Amino acid sequence: MSTATTSHPPSVSRRTFLRVSSAAAGGLLVSLYLDWPTIAQQPATPKVYPPDAFVHVRPDGKIVVQVNRLEFGQGVQTALPMLLADEMDADWLQVIAELAPAGDVYRDPVYGIQMVGGSGSIAHSFEQYRQLGARTRAMLIAAAAAQWKVTPTQCRAESSVVYGPNGQSARYAELAEAAAHLPVPENIQLKKESDLRLTNKEVRRLDSGAKCNGSQKFGLDVDLPGMKVALVAHPPVFGAKVKGFDANAARAISGVQEVFEIPLVRGTGVAIVADRFWAAKQARDRLRAEWDTASVERPDTAQLFAKYRELARTPGNVAVSRANANAMDSISPANRILAEYEFPYLAHTPMEPLNTTVRFDGDRAEVWGGSQFQTVDRMAIAEVLGLKPEQVTFHTEMAGGGFGRRATPDSHVQREAATVAKRLRGIPVKLIWTREDDVQGGYYRPMHVHRVEVGIGGDGMPAAWRHVIVGQSILAGTPFAPMMVKNGVDSTAVEGTADTKYNIPNFHISAHHPAINVPVLWWRSVGHTHNAFVMETLIDELARRAKADPIAYRLKLLSPDAKKLRNCLALLQGKTASWRSLPRNHAVGIACHESFETGVACAVEVSIEDKRPRIHRATITVDPGFAVNPLTIASQMQGGVTFGITQVMSRGAITLKDGRVEQRNWDGYTPPYMKDAPVIAQVHIVPSSEKPSGCGEPPVPVISPAVVNALSRLTGKRYRTLPLTEI
Amino acid sequence: METFKLTVNGQVKEVTADPGTPLLWVLREDLKMTGTKYGCGIAACGACTVHLGGVPTRSCVVPVALVRNRPILTIEAMADDPVGRVVQDVWVSEDVVQCGYCQSGQIMSAVALLKSTPKPTDKDIEESMGGNLCRCGTYVRIRQAIKTSARQLG
Amino acid sequence: MMCSYERKIGFALGGQIVSPVKVGLLTIILISVASLVGAGARNQEGTRTGPRPSRAEGLAAWQQIYSVMSHPRCINCHTADGYPQQTDDRHRHLFNVVRGPEGKGVAALQCATCHQSSNADSTGVPGVPDWHLAPLSMRWQDANDKVLPSSAVCRTVTDRTKNGGLDGAALVKHHQTELVKWAWQPGLRNDGTARSIPPISYEQFIAATRNWTQARMPCPQ
Repeated sequence: MSTATTSHPPSVSRRTFLRVSSAAAGGLLVSLYLDWPTIAQQPATPKVYPPDAFVHVRPDGKIVVQVNRLEFGQGVQTALPMLLADEMDADWLQVIAELAPAGDVYRDPVYGIQMVGGSGSIAHSFEQYRQLGARTRAMLIAAAAAQWKVTPTQCRAESSVVYGPNGQSARYAELAEAAAHLPVPENIQLKKESDLRLTNKEVRRLDSGAKCNGSQKFGLDVDLPGMKVALVAHPPVFGAKVKGFDANAARAISGVQEVFEIPLVRGTGVAIVADRFWAAKQARDRLRAEWDTASVERPDTAQLFAKYRELARTPGNVAVSRANANAMDSISPANRILAEYEFPYLAHTPMEPLNTTVRFDGDRAEVWGGSQFQTVDRMAIAEVLGLKPEQVTFHTEMAGGGFGRRATPDSHVQREAATVAKRLRGIPVKLIWTREDDVQGGYYRPMHVHRVEVGIGGDGMPAAWRHVIVGQSILAGTPFAPMMVKNGVDSTAVEGTADTKYNIPNFHISAHHPAINVPVLWWRSVGHTHNAFVMETLIDELARRAKADPIAYRLKLLSPDAKKLRNCLALLQGKTASWRSLPRNHAVGIACHESFETGVACAVEVSIEDKRPRIHRATITVDPGFAVNPLTIASQMQGGVTFGITQVMSRGAITLKDGRVEQRNWDGYTPPYMKDAPVIAQVHIVPSSEKPSGCGEPPVPVISPAVVNALSRLTGKRYRTLPLTEI
Repeated sequence: METFKLTVNGQVKEVTADPGTPLLWVLREDLKMTGTKYGCGIAACGACTVHLGGVPTRSCVVPVALVRNRPILTIEAMADDPVGRVVQDVWVSEDVVQCGYCQSGQIMSAVALLKSTPKPTDKDIEESMGGNLCRCGTYVRIRQAIKTSARQLG
Repeated sequence: MMCSYERKIGFALGGQIVSPVKVGLLTIILISVASLVGAGARNQEGTRTGPRPSRAEGLAAWQQIYSVMSHPRCINCHTADGYPQQTDDRHRHLFNVVRGPEGKGVAALQCATCHQSSNADSTGVPGVPDWHLAPLSMRWQDANDKVLPSSAVCRTVTDRTKNGGLDGAALVKHHQTELVKWAWQPGLRNDGTARSIPPISYEQFIAATRNWTQARMPCPQ
């Protein structure tokens, strides 16, 4: 065993252990063990490392790479193996990527738990996977050198073959067994950019084939002998409890096995277990349950907005206060803009409905599911079952989207599944949230009201900015709160405003976080969804007042160190130079925003068709630092802007009346279809050698302000209330 | 419960199910063909699209009793279909998929479109694919891949 | 309080909750009563055997027909644009369903993509053979989805350049197609409740159509 230290990221001091061994099935196993002060509270007992590998060089030449986080569309299952294979000089066509199960070794090197979030996959595991690849390669070369009695420096590797100085060659598969007995090299050199063969190249996804022929198994496709399906009748108002229920009609459905009350994270519910989904669904439809909704708060959207608007008139907890908070008072009212914005709750509605399969065997349990939070979900399941986390084997299944919805700090779906499995002991049970459960079940992007007062200086630039944000805290009550809630301000509520890259001298941001009986959650790009909308529509309004070009105005206002956004805007300017002459009734809208350390700028050409915005084309420029897979980055940009259009759909809102969610399915809460998305979306990546940053979330914030900025140019109206029900 | 004879991808299968059970769940749970996906259950998303008697059909809303003697084709049969094969290959070469969950349905719709409209216009594509939802937002690439497929098939 | 998981099987009729089965029975009873009442005046096919109805009787019959045609079960597929409508509030059909060249949708999004040859009550999708939209020439709505007045609908229905060349007898036949009949057996919605049906019975509708055609299809001014 050897140890090595890595330098990235500098804030985290940790030791890295690598261990190699022979695989039971033959070949070389390279396992990486990390040890660091974790964010999550872990006991400081000595660890017993499980034999979990990152790389397995199999005797048949296949190289199996374990991906330490969920693949749910973002492309990490291709990108991380690319990084590793590149440094390893592996034959890419022989690389097989697998989603690693829950395990300490697979924790995110920065977050300290196994998870996907914060667009951190590449940013956090870039170095990790490169190092793994480089060390594995070094061992294979050392094995060859020893065989040939030459020094490793005399050898080179290419496409899973080591070549010696005198015409010798050996395949990795042949060297694997010998390499498994060598020490892990301490010092390794990562490749120069010019030597990279896969990284920074357009590499197609590894999972496309299976996803196009129906063979890819997702969590919902898990099928085990004797498996049952469970649905839960959830309370009609969050947190309500069952007063009583009549299950006679439900039990009469053929195939229904059990109907019983279960505790939920919020309130209680009635679980229905059946042989088949349809039987469970029919049974649930026929269940007559009575709920105690009187003793829980019954939120109502209209009342909440009234309350939020009221709150927005008073300063909240201070997020940032720069220079003179009262500078506004010296600006004449004629040179001020007062803007009130309203944003609704938004559901994620990933294509694959939420689900988890659990089998409880008394002293151990096995779990199958797509999870953004393996560590958290596994602990929650263990807790429900009275087990230790290591007694729970957690298989990470491919997930059909997530966008934050599969990262729930309270693991509410997994707890439901474990609760049912505990009763069914020995029988695997797949718990499914139907689309109705998903749309009505909470965990929404919180609704918000923003009240902004902008004082405009003589040069047409903002001289004073007073901004109050009202919305629930996503982090309050979660284990993340101590780190991310400061001075009573949830950092995810003000991100994109408090840390704006615009240079506004007198700048004051505060926030109120009312507690409301609606579960809220991070929705792809989190606080940036609403903050970027506010900032980018207001900046556009200011640019128009100043009769300035929207890109030039932004470049002028950006602080000098906003390098990434400057790069993006400059590139956008060039790429849209030919957009000068547009068809009649078409207009261009611009927006830019930096989030998760990635800059994105966007131009859209929009007209109004059938009373809706028609996005004829979008050009997106992005600065993500070093581009690991430009093809994936382009996909993320195209897809991310389309996801962001959810915000401006006419039915893009979750609303509540007397505590009940008014939408049931995609008929009432309707995300964008093809005709709502840009017809063309061109992506241009700023060339960069800086350390890579994330791409999953950063495209989302720019599109909705860009679209309404274009609409404003067409209609002369300002759009400050979402969803866009009328244009 | 009733017993039904279904012709799925050319093979006759017998299933015993409640007559109201949507074809989707018979395919997924009784026949273990999970390539056809459940997304909404109300025909809002198209993830469950199969070809029923040659008609692209939302299997989540068609009770098994109404299938009668019409042959069923699912995504699992597309590799053996001359149009399906090309569409699948182009989908891969143009890196269309992200999470991939909707793509079975997208491909089934695209194949149906190309079979009846070999040279689809943008409007044809938008209208025919109009009921297939993709939360990852792969629409731009789907549109392009249909055009490429049309060229390759032409 | 009772909650949403109870499927609302049955619907309100005359203030009573009745099951679909009972509604079926009720309809049969009503039809039987109607035919008994009319027995003296009609032959086996329900056609009047007496003198030709007057213009005033014809106009009255038309109003009955119009009450059916303007009902959502009928008018939702007699739209003025590229889309069918749905439900009693007659909103534009969701999921981007379009008319298509022959009123049957487009290649990969056909009416038959969801609508089968009979109602799918377990999933709430209505169906009957030949489910399709009426041609634009037979639109009974204006550009704002407002139902056209009785006189305008009547002119459309009686204009053989617009109605597909149908004369009176052919109109009676059209009203006897499965598609038209469906309006009185429209099945259950996906929440398990029954769809509403036109204000008069199917038998009354057919009788009114016969009377109106025999009165030479008069239209109100």
